[in-house]
Amino acid sequence: MQARFWPFPLQSATMQPIIAISNLSKTYASGFQALKGIDLAINTGEIFALLGPNGAGKTTLISIICGIVSPSEGTILADGHDITVEYRAARSKIGLVPQELTTDAFETVWATVSFSRGLFGKPADPAHIEKILRDLSLWDKRNSPIRTLSGGMKRRVMIAKALSHEPQILFLDEPTAGVDVELRRDMWDVVRGLRDRGVTIILTTHYIEEAEEMADRIGVIDKGRIILVEDKHELMQKLGQKRLTVLLQQKLNHIPPELAAYNLELSADGLELVYTYDTQGERTGITDLLSALRSAGVTFKDLQTTQSSLEEIFVNLVRNGA
Amino acid sequence: MNYYAIRSIYKFEMARAWRTLLQSIIAPVISTSLYFIVFGAAIGSHMQEIDGVSYGAFIVPGLIMLSLLTQSVSNASFAIYFPKFTGTIYELLSAPISPLEIVVSYVGAAATKSVILGLIILATAYLFVPLRIEHPGWMVLFLILTAITFSLLGFIIGIWADGFEKLQLVPLLVVTPLTFLGGSFYSITMLPPFWQTVALFNPVVYLVSGFRWSFFGVSDVDVTISVGMVIVFLILCLGVVTWIFKTGYRLKS
Repeated sequence: MQARFWPFPLQSATMQPIIAISNLSKTYASGFQALKGIDLAINTGEIFALLGPNGAGKTTLISIICGIVSPSEGTILADGHDITVEYRAARSKIGLVPQELTTDAFETVWATVSFSRGLFGKPADPAHIEKILRDLSLWDKRNSPIRTLSGGMKRRVMIAKALSHEPQILFLDEPTAGVDVELRRDMWDVVRGLRDRGVTIILTTHYIEEAEEMADRIGVIDKGRIILVEDKHELMQKLGQKRLTVLLQQKLNHIPPELAAYNLELSADGLELVYTYDTQGERTGITDLLSALRSAGVTFKDLQTTQSSLEEIFVNLVRNGA
Repeated sequence: MNYYAIRSIYKFEMARAWRTLLQSIIAPVISTSLYFIVFGAAIGSHMQEIDGVSYGAFIVPGLIMLSLLTQSVSNASFAIYFPKFTGTIYELLSAPISPLEIVVSYVGAAATKSVILGLIILATAYLFVPLRIEHPGWMVLFLILTAITFSLLGFIIGIWADGFEKLQLVPLLVVTPLTFLGGSFYSITMLPPFWQTVALFNPVVYLVSGFRWSFFGVSDVDVTISVGMVIVFLILCLGVVTWIFKTGYRLKS
C-alpha cells in the first residue's frame, strides 16, 4: 500500500515555487543530524502543511529558512533570494509565528506589534496595525501589557507580530497547540483570508485533521527526511477508497473474464478477491459485483471491507520511512 | 541600512529605561549622592587638597566614571541577554537586520542612557561641591567614548552569559574592582611605586585620569595616552563583537 505514495516531490510545472530548498542538511554541534538532504518546493499562494512526529525536524527546517539556525549544507531561495547571501530581501518577505509563546511581558500589544513592523524595515502604518489587531480580535486589548493576556491572546499577539510587516510567506509552527476551539476557528479564518490575498502559508502540525482542514498540499517529514509530498485532494481520494475483500469457497486460478470490468485483484493463494471502490462516488458498484460473481459461478463464504485512513497512511509512512 | 529597525530597537530600549526609571536613573543617582555625602562632605572636609583640588571635587569625575562604567555594562548586557532568556531573540534573528545594525541600536541606546545618567550625576554633584570644568568638549568626548566602549563590553557579556549569575559575575568581579582600584577616590601617585606600576595595567586608570583632566587640567597619565587607551579598548570590543556575529557564537546553533 505504502509503495504507491513513495517519495516523489509532486510539482506542478506551471506554478512558480516561492521557496526552493535543495539538498538541505543540518547537523547540530552535538552531532545530532536534524535534517538529511531535504529537497522541497513550496508554491506561491498555497497552504502547505508539514506533518511529522515530534523531533522529526519540522522546527529545525523552519528555523533555518527564517534565519534562526544556520544550515550545514544546501541552499534555500525565498522568492528567488538566497536566504544567507541576500538575507535582507529574503527575510523581509517572511513572517514567523514560532511554537513557543515568547513575548515581551511588559510591552503593550500595540507597542510590540508596531516594534515588529519597524524591525522588518517597514515605516509605521497605524492603519495596518489596527486592521491586524481587529482581524485577530485584539483591538480591545491593544493597550494591555502582554503579561496580562491569556495564553490564547498571546498566541494572537504572536500572529499579529508576524503579520505586521505584510509578509508574502507566513510560517506557522504548531499554531494550534494548546489553543481552544474558538481561537482555532478564528485562526483558520485569518489564514484563509491571507491565502486569498496571495500569501503563501506553511504550517507544521502533528494533527492530521488540521492538515486535512486547511492545506492544499501535505508533506510528511520524519527523522530529518521528507518522505511524502502530495496534493491534499489526491491524498483524500486515496483516503476515500475502500476495499472489499471477498473470501472464496473455492480457489481461483484466474479472474473470470466476465468480471474484468471491476478491476479485481486476486490474492496469491487464489482464495481472496479484492475490489477497490470510491466511497464518495454515487454508486459503489457492490450490488452489481455480487450479482456478477453469482452469474460467473463464483461462490464466497464471507465479505470484509477496510478503509485506509490518512492516519494509517501517515503511521505506516513514518514507521517504514527511515 | 535598515533605519526603521535601528529606530525601533532604540526606541524600545529607551522606553524600557523610562518604564524602569527607578532602577535605571534614580537608584544610581541616590547611591552616588551617598558617596558625595560620605566622601565629599563628611570625610572630604578632613582631607587635604589633591593637586590643588578639594577632595570633594576631586572624586566627582571618578564617581561619574564609576556609574558610567557599571551602568553601561549592566544596561547593554541586560538588553541583549533578556531576549535570549525569554526567547524573543527569535524575532531579532529572523529580521532583515545586519549585525552592525543590531549593535548600533542596542549599544547606542545603552550608551545614551549612560551619558544621560552621567550628566544627571554631574548636575547632582554641583549641589554638593563647587566644580569647574576646564575642557568641556573633552569632558563630553570622554563621556561618550567611555559609554560606547563599556556598552560594547556589556553587549559582549550579555551574549556570553547563559545565566543570570554570569550576567552579574563580570560586573561584580571585574568592572567594580577595576573601577575602585582605578583611582576614582585617589590619585595613583598616592600609591607606593610598585602599585603605581601595577595600576598602569588597569584600563580604568586611563579613563578616570583623562576624565579628571577634562575637569581640572591635572592628570595621573598624559591625556593623549588616556584617549589612545579608550580607543584601543573600543577597537578590541568591536573586534570581539564582529567575531560573535561572524560565528553566530551563543546566538545561532
